[in-house]
Amino acid sequence: MDNLARKKESGDKTILFDLSQTTVREMNQFLHHDLEKEKLGSVKITHPDGAHNIAVGLDAPVNVDIEGHAGYFCAGMNKQAHVTIHGNVGWSVAENIMSGLVRVKGFASESAAASGHGGTVIIERDASLRCGISMKGVDIVVGGSVGNFSAFMAQAGHLVICGDAGDGLGDSIYEAVIYVRGKIKSLGADAQIESMTDDDHRILKDLLARAGFGYEPKEFKKVASARGLYHWNADANQEY
Amino acid sequence: MSNLSKEESFLFGHDTIQYIQHAAATGLYDIRGLGAKRHLPSFDDLLFLAGSASRYPLEGYREKCTTTTVLGTRFAKKPIELKIPITIAGMSFGSLSANVKEALGAAATELGTSTTTGDGGMTPEERASSKTLVYQCLPSRYGFNPDDVRRADAIELVIGQGAKPGGGGMLLGQKITARVAKMRTLPAGVDQRSACRHPDWTGPDDLTIKVQELRELTDWQIPIYIKIGATRVFNDVKLAVHAGADVVVVDGMQGGTAATQKVFIEHVGVPTLVAVQQAVAALEEMNMKDKVQLIVSGGIRSGADVAKALALGADAVSIGQGVLFALGCNSSTWVNHEGQHVNASEEYAKLGTMPGFCHHCHTGKCPVGVTTQDEILEQRLIPEVGARRVKNYFKTLNMELTTIARACGKSNVHHLEREDLVALTVESAAMARLPLAGTNWIPGYTAI
Ligand code: SF4
Repeated sequence: MDNLARKKESGDKTILFDLSQTTVREMNQFLHHDLEKEKLGSVKITHPDGAHNIAVGLDAPVNVDIEGHAGYFCAGMNKQAHVTIHGNVGWSVAENIMSGLVRVKGFASESAAASGHGGTVIIERDASLRCGISMKGVDIVVGGSVGNFSAFMAQAGHLVICGDAGDGLGDSIYEAVIYVRGKIKSLGADAQIESMTDDDHRILKDLLARAGFGYEPKEFKKVASARGLYHWNADANQEY
Repeated sequence: MSNLSKEESFLFGHDTIQYIQHAAATGLYDIRGLGAKRHLPSFDDLLFLAGSASRYPLEGYREKCTTTTVLGTRFAKKPIELKIPITIAGMSFGSLSANVKEALGAAATELGTSTTTGDGGMTPEERASSKTLVYQCLPSRYGFNPDDVRRADAIELVIGQGAKPGGGGMLLGQKITARVAKMRTLPAGVDQRSACRHPDWTGPDDLTIKVQELRELTDWQIPIYIKIGATRVFNDVKLAVHAGADVVVVDGMQGGTAATQKVFIEHVGVPTLVAVQQAVAALEEMNMKDKVQLIVSGGIRSGADVAKALALGADAVSIGQGVLFALGCNSSTWVNHEGQHVNASEEYAKLGTMPGFCHHCHTGKCPVGVTTQDEILEQRLIPEVGARRVKNYFKTLNMELTTIARACGKSNVHHLEREDLVALTVESAAMARLPLAGTNWIPGYTAI
């Protein structure tokens, strides 16, 4: 462990990992097993340089700051931790997140927060294709626009899109709810625009506040499931 | 004597006419459970050449024949060691009852082998009863969570299933109880479609990174399997190995399902016989045979099938449908707490079928309590009874396997080899790349 290129910043509970000196594997193992042992409250990761699988599988109440761009699966399957990426991320940031918070200061590539079961994911700029695919309870707030097929087969949770949405938004959506401020290029099968209720305004206000975006809930429209595909139906002409 | 003509058309036979008229009446395709029912080249088309004058057999009852099987030796710090090369395939809680999952775990533990979760996540009953539990990571990610990943003894990343390669899953609403719905984060009673593609990666390069993510999560401790449904097996196995799999699982088209379109079950994929041959060829070409282990599944029934799969180059087999039959699937009776056999014919009749012909797992009304979530029907499978039956079945397979291995002169079942086999038909010879019995001819491979 001593040969890890890491150092505690003097006097406080922060540990620094320099990924130009330490492997992702060594760092992740430390984050899995030694954070609580050493009573560390925050982690700073420098020179991520697009490496994949940074901070995967965390399960501790810790703040993690990644100072640069990260690759695929950054903060995958996160629990409890608050991870901030001060840059862009590759595919599937925070995939299968269970709890905690992941914030991307830049852009996110495909499948952001895919299959997330809980927690919050905030992407301050745009997210690419299939943002929130198969989401199962996570709350996602995107400051910019999202690509095609976002919230595909989304089961539960909220996807807030402050910019525009691409084609096929909410295709085959179940019980998740989408709020869109900008234009929707097209809705996917079984997704429909619904009117905003008081509950929607309250939920959206809270999500925007958590993300730090100053938009008003009344600027958004709501997309949810028409529930027409919940049962297999031959007359649907394969529109699944 | 009647002068009515009863000449049946081969192309438009009785069954085909019935199929067309059913489609015309309903506009629906058939969905059903279990596997392919059509005739396909299979392990039945292979025979062993046991010891005689030119080979030396081992004494059938006395001489030792090892069955220990180690899986996951490539990267995992903790490979899995099994007492037998026969494992229980992934079947979901949702398609199977919690009682059945518990029974399978208990049977596998007593046998020293592994069992596997399925779509819908890991139940506490299953984890508690299984010493070695393989946790599937499927496209739907229903119930998938990192705590269960860390609790697992191996991860199986499922790309496809032999009964429906390229297809997603389907669990019809009648099987979605409150518990199943909660585990899958969906409303009770809706028909649940499982996606056919993973949500967080697409091509083989992404797969490599996905495998690394799972390794990072588990600190490189436990083996990672990649399961493919048998289609372009040679290339798919190579890609799985390239992606970093410790173990590749190849599921042939005779594999079962809880609910899939019949057209899929009968017309998509390649037989297990082809799959095992191509998988081994891929491993050999990559010089990865014995470094990456191969599990073969899809219609394995008997110790002879296991022996043939091993001789062709598999390290282990995985069984699903055989396990269901052992539990009582398609039996005319179920066993109550007093050990009495109770007739279930009436329930089969309600489904419009009878014992021996049932494939109605998708209905959730399994007459013998195996593939159901119905509170009353699921009581028909008592976990202890189910565990005992599966244990007996696997013990029988293992004895048959070692009987054949000894007859071929092997003191270890993993020493069975292709040279021990011949093919009975031209098709099976070509598909398994074995000589046609009595010749040196491997069609498509050697000259006549
Ligand atoms: S008896 Fe039960 S498990 Fe077997 S095919 Fe019928 S419904 Fe499925």
